[in-house]
Amino acid sequence: MTPSDSAIVVADLSKSYGAIEAVRGISFAVRRGTTTALLGGNGAGKTTTLSMLLGVLTPTAGRATVLGEEMPAYRHRVLPRMNFTSPYVDLPKRLTVRENLAVFADLYGLRRPRERIAAVAEDCDLVDLLKRPYGNLSAGQRTRVSLAKAVLNEPDVLLLDEPTASLDPDIGDRMRTYLERYQHRTGCTMLLASHHMGEVERMCDDVIMLRAGAVVDQGAPRELIARYGRDTMEEVFLDIARGGGEERAAGAAAEESTS
Amino acid sequence: MKGTAPLERHTGAAASVRRVRAVLRRHGYLILKSWTRIVSMMYYPTVTMIVWAFLTLYLAPTNNFLKDAPGFFIGAVLLWDVLFRGQLGVSLTFIEELYARNLGNLFVSPLTLPEYIAGQLSMSVLRALIGVGGACLFAFLLFRFSIFSLGLPLIAFFANLLVFGWAIGLAMSGVILRLGLGAEEFAWAAIFVLAPVSGVYYPIAVLPSWLQAIAWGTPSAHVFEGMRGVLLRGTFGWDHFWVAAGLNLGYLVLGASAFAWAMRHARDHGTLLQMGE
Repeated sequence: MTPSDSAIVVADLSKSYGAIEAVRGISFAVRRGTTTALLGGNGAGKTTTLSMLLGVLTPTAGRATVLGEEMPAYRHRVLPRMNFTSPYVDLPKRLTVRENLAVFADLYGLRRPRERIAAVAEDCDLVDLLKRPYGNLSAGQRTRVSLAKAVLNEPDVLLLDEPTASLDPDIGDRMRTYLERYQHRTGCTMLLASHHMGEVERMCDDVIMLRAGAVVDQGAPRELIARYGRDTMEEVFLDIARGGGEERAAGAAAEESTS
Repeated sequence: MKGTAPLERHTGAAASVRRVRAVLRRHGYLILKSWTRIVSMMYYPTVTMIVWAFLTLYLAPTNNFLKDAPGFFIGAVLLWDVLFRGQLGVSLTFIEELYARNLGNLFVSPLTLPEYIAGQLSMSVLRALIGVGGACLFAFLLFRFSIFSLGLPLIAFFANLLVFGWAIGLAMSGVILRLGLGAEEFAWAAIFVLAPVSGVYYPIAVLPSWLQAIAWGTPSAHVFEGMRGVLLRGTFGWDHFWVAAGLNLGYLVLGASAFAWAMRHARDHGTLLQMGE
């Protein structure tokens, strides 16, 4: 894979807070137009990595480039073509859904914002909620508004931190379908941090496994499942998160070669 | 799926103007549709003005100074509130983002810090106009005092006090970004440290000499000295005006630098996405 094939390139990226190493020299690339999962237990470094890719956290060492632009130095060149959702941020609660989206339409410099807001509202099933204050919505409805905000500028790179965490299975499935269709239409590159392994198996072309701030494995979901001799990504996740997964992968590979 | 045509976007200066407008919109929606917020902005300056106006009515018959300048205290309290609203307008615009946990959304958008500051300053003007404007209206309706009786110097006083308020507001935004919402009280209280040395209701000459030296280092002392010159002697002190403007330039650079430093610290420590209530 050449750098031009990659929407995101991370090389020896580290982040330390004093003596604590949150991310330790990780390297990976995300191919354009694909969906890649960033997996790991709590504190594995997923959100820290996403924050550095968004330019809101300065790396201690290493490089991160998005669409060819180095972050965070040249973030303002690429941020108009990016967006994100995260459970760590929220939207102003007293503003209506329409007002919130209008503010972000201005932030992303959209021409004809009304048309765009109407289109996104229809796609995210928000038409009936546009006049309601964001603070009066249920958790699931708020997640849909956050997703609408994230695709409002039709980003080329979308970073999704737990995008369906608080959604019921029906709405979660609709959102995944929406994201898949959105990617199919726009060729958007998605990097997804998730604890929902079914979502990862369904949506992701590649998986990057983090543990204690380091990349411990990566590959396509099917490859990883085969490599670890498991049936699901859930089992692979548990192997890696609890440690000892590498031995199991080596054992599975040896078994494969002798059979 | 809707919206299949490619999106058209503004670029360059047009996009920058829209990002500033976004900050204005976000806070404008909040203020202009809430009559309780508008009333609360006018409440404090109006009540304070009324107290000083009645004190003037009480003292004026026996006081030659107030006979000559009956609007002295009212003008002072209104101009003091320009400084207060100017500072609060900048700080509260920032604090609202922390309450809403919206800071992360703003700063992963293309919004730059100078654009955000431009939005904060614009909101400060709006808040000052609403708060002080309401009090000015009541001063005229109840006491027949028009702030415009100060004439053109009013513009110079207003501008200098507003800019000084911006400088303090930006510095306070930096302090809150660095220390968290626990430091919110600074935003409300910071300005009152300046009241004794600003000579709002008395000349700087009454202060002890060591305190006078500090007082002349504040633009507000020069503005209120200038206001007394206009009301009591009918002259506009250009020297005070230029010194206040020069000091303001320095303080504004310091205030913006403090905010920018706090923003860099937040980017280093990963607090932009996590700050909030």
